[in-house]
Amino acid sequence: MGAQIMFYILAITIVVFSLLAVTSRKVMRATMYLLFTLIATGGIYFLIDYNFMGGVQLIVYAGGIVALIVFAVMLTEKIDSKIALPDKTRIILAGLLSVVGSFVTIYILLSHPFEETTKDIGQSVSVIGENLLNYGDGGYVLPFEVVSILLLASLIAAIVVAKRKFDN
Amino acid sequence: MYDFSKMTGAIHEWLSSLMPSVLVTTVEWILIGVVFLALFAILGLVLVILERRIAGFFQFRLGPNRVGPQGMFQTVADTVKLLLKELVSTDKVDKFLYNVAPFFVIIAPLMIMAVIPYGLGLTAYDINIGLFFVMAISSIGVIGILLAGWSSNNKYSLIGAMRSGAVIISYELSMGLSSLLAIVLLAGSLNLNDIVMSQEAGWWLFRGHIPAVIAFIIYIITGTAETNRVPFDLTEAESELGAGFHAEYSGIKFAFFFLSEFVNMFIIAALAATIFLGGWLPIHIPGWEGFNNIMDYIPGPIWFFLKTGAIIFLLMWFRWTFPRLRIDQILTLEWKYLLPISLLNLVLMAFVVMMGWVF
Repeated sequence: MGAQIMFYILAITIVVFSLLAVTSRKVMRATMYLLFTLIATGGIYFLIDYNFMGGVQLIVYAGGIVALIVFAVMLTEKIDSKIALPDKTRIILAGLLSVVGSFVTIYILLSHPFEETTKDIGQSVSVIGENLLNYGDGGYVLPFEVVSILLLASLIAAIVVAKRKFDN
Repeated sequence: MYDFSKMTGAIHEWLSSLMPSVLVTTVEWILIGVVFLALFAILGLVLVILERRIAGFFQFRLGPNRVGPQGMFQTVADTVKLLLKELVSTDKVDKFLYNVAPFFVIIAPLMIMAVIPYGLGLTAYDINIGLFFVMAISSIGVIGILLAGWSSNNKYSLIGAMRSGAVIISYELSMGLSSLLAIVLLAGSLNLNDIVMSQEAGWWLFRGHIPAVIAFIIYIITGTAETNRVPFDLTEAESELGAGFHAEYSGIKFAFFFLSEFVNMFIIAALAATIFLGGWLPIHIPGWEGFNNIMDYIPGPIWFFLKTGAIIFLLMWFRWTFPRLRIDQILTLEWKYLLPISLLNLVLMAFVVMMGWVF
């Protein structure tokens, strides 16, 4: 009962702020609406008792990515600047595409027979850590390493891009 | 040791006998909310008067001493003044973001206070990822500061917010990923209650050898930076920026920023006490049976607040000792010294734990 009420509060928050995030013409406000959407998504993880995922959602998206966007917007936008509206054909095309896309998604969600899982997902952080480093059956060490290499590559790329270029 | 879960359990049963379960949950939510808001306000009042008196002590003057005995009611008078003040707002601000920013800044410490163990069975939200949760929530508080600086439409606010954002985001790394993780390696759990219980044989500060001491020192430095206190107070820097990111706020909105700053200091100190100094566990000296038994009679919350108070005194001491650093010096300190040291320290700690050298 209580969980259902909380779910609907969070779901309505997500829907309303997602819509506001894409329709707002002020970039900083759109960023804040995006932040509220991401925090509410984290709330759903906390609601299903998957605390680690909720924490990751908060620290990566809310604390990391949104803080980065806020930094970028702070330095480039004036307080009263607005984004120009795109031309009408684009608005109509984008609207049509999103309607079709949402129909397809809702149709698949409603027609797919979801099974209730009985498998213990392992809530504690140590289980997640052990699975990430497990190279036996069902272990995730390969994707973990691939992601690490991707991260390392992007770090080096960021340093190369940001490095001061000396003349002569 | 007193088990406070008996007391809270008794309150729960008493409420259950009076009303249906849905109402019980609601009433308990409201009760806990009121208790934490009251604690928040009282902490603000006490810490401000403490800071001013300690400032006086370090500068060989008296500090506030007119309102009430020893100036005890000075901050109460200040609070009443702040509540009654007019809310001045400028026309050229982004109204929505300008008004929402103080709430970000005040909600973050309030949510962190919920996971701190104040005594045996005295945790509002006993969550299995405790320490990680603290780091996640504290990364949201900085967004409030950035927003406040930008939406005020004032160049000094913007500069203050930029500096604050750069400092907090950089120092979060050393604090969370390295110095706190070192103790998680020792305790084997992220849950704050488990970390406290794992220190029954002795504080991690002493049992963890040199890496724990290094982690503690780095934690205190980064904690001072996270709360924007001297020597890292260049975000406010009264003498150059007015008041930094909250220059355009007045009345109760300014009070929100002011209060959250002091409560953040309490949180930093409380986490240091919980993780390094044994939290609410009493001081035990091996071999002194009688002494240990007497210490057991002092309730946990008193120990918790004593240890936290000692760390707070240390932080206030810093404020009147060190000169302010420049932004480039602060970032150099973090990225060139603290972060490499704390990462090496983490490896060293992992080695110590692996070899079982913890006594």
